[in-house]
Amino acid sequence: MTALRTESAFADPDAAYEMLVTAHRGASEAESAALNARLVLILSNHIGDIGVLQEAIRLAQTAGSRRAAPQDAV
Amino acid sequence: MNEPNARKTVFQFGYRRSADQDSRSPVRRPIVIVGAGPVGLTAAIDFAQRGIPTVILDDADRIGEGSRAICFSKRSLEIMGRLGLGDRLVEKGVTWKLGKVFLREHQVYSFDLLPEAGHRMPAFINLQQYYLEGYLVERAAELPAIDLRWRNRVTGVEQQDGFVRLTIETPEGEYQLDADWCLACDGARSAVRDFLGLKFVGHMFEECFLIADVKMSAEYPTERWFWFDPPFHSGQSALLHRQPDNVWRIDLQLGPDADPEEEKKPERVLPRLRRMLGERQFDLEWISVYRFNCARLAKFVHGRVVFVGDSAHQVSVFGARGANSGIQDAENLVWKLALVLKGQAPESLIETYELERGQAADENIGHSTRSTDFIAPRTKSEHLLRNAVLELAPHAAFARRMVNSGRLSMASRYDTPLSSPDREVFAGSAQLGLPVPDAPLLDRDGKQRFLLETLSDGFELLYVKNGARPNVPDGIRLKVIGEDFSDMDGAFTERFDATPGAAYLLRPDHHLCARMRAYDGERVREALARAKGLLK
Repeated sequence: MTALRTESAFADPDAAYEMLVTAHRGASEAESAALNARLVLILSNHIGDIGVLQEAIRLAQTAGSRRAAPQDAV
Repeated sequence: MNEPNARKTVFQFGYRRSADQDSRSPVRRPIVIVGAGPVGLTAAIDFAQRGIPTVILDDADRIGEGSRAICFSKRSLEIMGRLGLGDRLVEKGVTWKLGKVFLREHQVYSFDLLPEAGHRMPAFINLQQYYLEGYLVERAAELPAIDLRWRNRVTGVEQQDGFVRLTIETPEGEYQLDADWCLACDGARSAVRDFLGLKFVGHMFEECFLIADVKMSAEYPTERWFWFDPPFHSGQSALLHRQPDNVWRIDLQLGPDADPEEEKKPERVLPRLRRMLGERQFDLEWISVYRFNCARLAKFVHGRVVFVGDSAHQVSVFGARGANSGIQDAENLVWKLALVLKGQAPESLIETYELERGQAADENIGHSTRSTDFIAPRTKSEHLLRNAVLELAPHAAFARRMVNSGRLSMASRYDTPLSSPDREVFAGSAQLGLPVPDAPLLDRDGKQRFLLETLSDGFELLYVKNGARPNVPDGIRLKVIGEDFSDMDGAFTERFDATPGAAYLLRPDHHLCARMRAYDGERVREALARAKGLLK
């Protein structure tokens, strides 16, 4: 089983971020949420590894939890 | 507390009548520079060092308080080093290289802008723009080739055949002056640009920012601190950065609906700052409320008028890409124009100023736009995406690389016909089209020098010793590494991927324009001709 990769994979991360922002520009909140849902499904299938998907879900949940305060030294 | 809107005068200069005002017909000058800011003064000093006289016209007669630009990059300092001001700036400035980014009260990311040793100049200094301008004016005063005319306001610009006619208003009335070339260094609200009827292309951000300089004694470290959604300024962003003389730069995001006139009032500003600074005593030195433009002129060269710095392009403050890119514009243009004026290069060489600095402007606008979009998301879904990156940042490296509180100004690499393409493979940080990296060297007496401080204003060939000194073509200064200077600690060898016999041709702005594994006089001659725009 492959582990979830969290190191930076894009040569130009700013360009990737900009592409995501641009995809949402002009969309309503509901349209944005639906776009994100479709994106998650497409990318999940592209990864095609249930273990990696499970790890990704855990990371997303952990990072979003206010109780799990991040360490200060990064 | 000082009255923040009345800019105090830091340096005062006087109007002096020029003999040109008494001439019956307009006097012709090779170079007239409009605007005595950092860009115009840099250009004039560089021309003077190349033996070319300039006239600088400025409508004011003083340098006022108000820091405006504060971050000067390594590349700008290297240029200032060549112009004789590097040490003075570094001595007065606050040197820094670390940045920290916080989400609410937690640090999520930090960066080091110069992780390696062996460079003469630091990654950045912070220095109030008025100090830089003051030092540049003093340096200009040492150079008889510079004729700096205060209270000379340009009121008309006419393109003629092969020259520009300027109409100038002074306290003693109007006169005209002809220039072979006119450099418009008159800033973002360029009057010259208006006279030629030219328009910026780009867009304005809706987001409003408060920029304040406060004087206080504080124990914060000399680092760039940037907060997203801090407790003291909920839902917005904030920046804190140290300047000399206990002055601190603070940027506070105000949102798209802020009213600039209201937000400038001390009764609005002071409570905001107190929430950030707590019970500390502070004086407000300068405040301004901004909306940012990211825009440029489609063309920088219009007949014999050349736009340089903010008159040609404008960016947001995040990234320190305004004054720093203007200084690099000036350096890029001056050596080319000097060669053209001396008849050593064709006029078409000036087109490469537009090409190379246009690339840099696009790069700066791109970075600045992305940073501003990250700092001030435009919609709720952009905001969610941005916060997702920040929340992931402490947990995942990929997200840290997406955190964008401003990508700070680095030297631009030119993809240019003035470079001779590599025919051999080179590793190392030296790259074709980039300024060469610095490295510590030892001179013949064993004294430590830095490569960049040993470079001249002209073309230079770095040759790695392998037998006899080569006979380089006219117009190139030769430096033999391993004879004139030696590599002190291996940094030169590593950064240039240097091997015996290798040769590196540097332009007058120290950008690498050709290199080869084994010195070849014919290739060097051709590379020199190409770099001067003499080859198709």
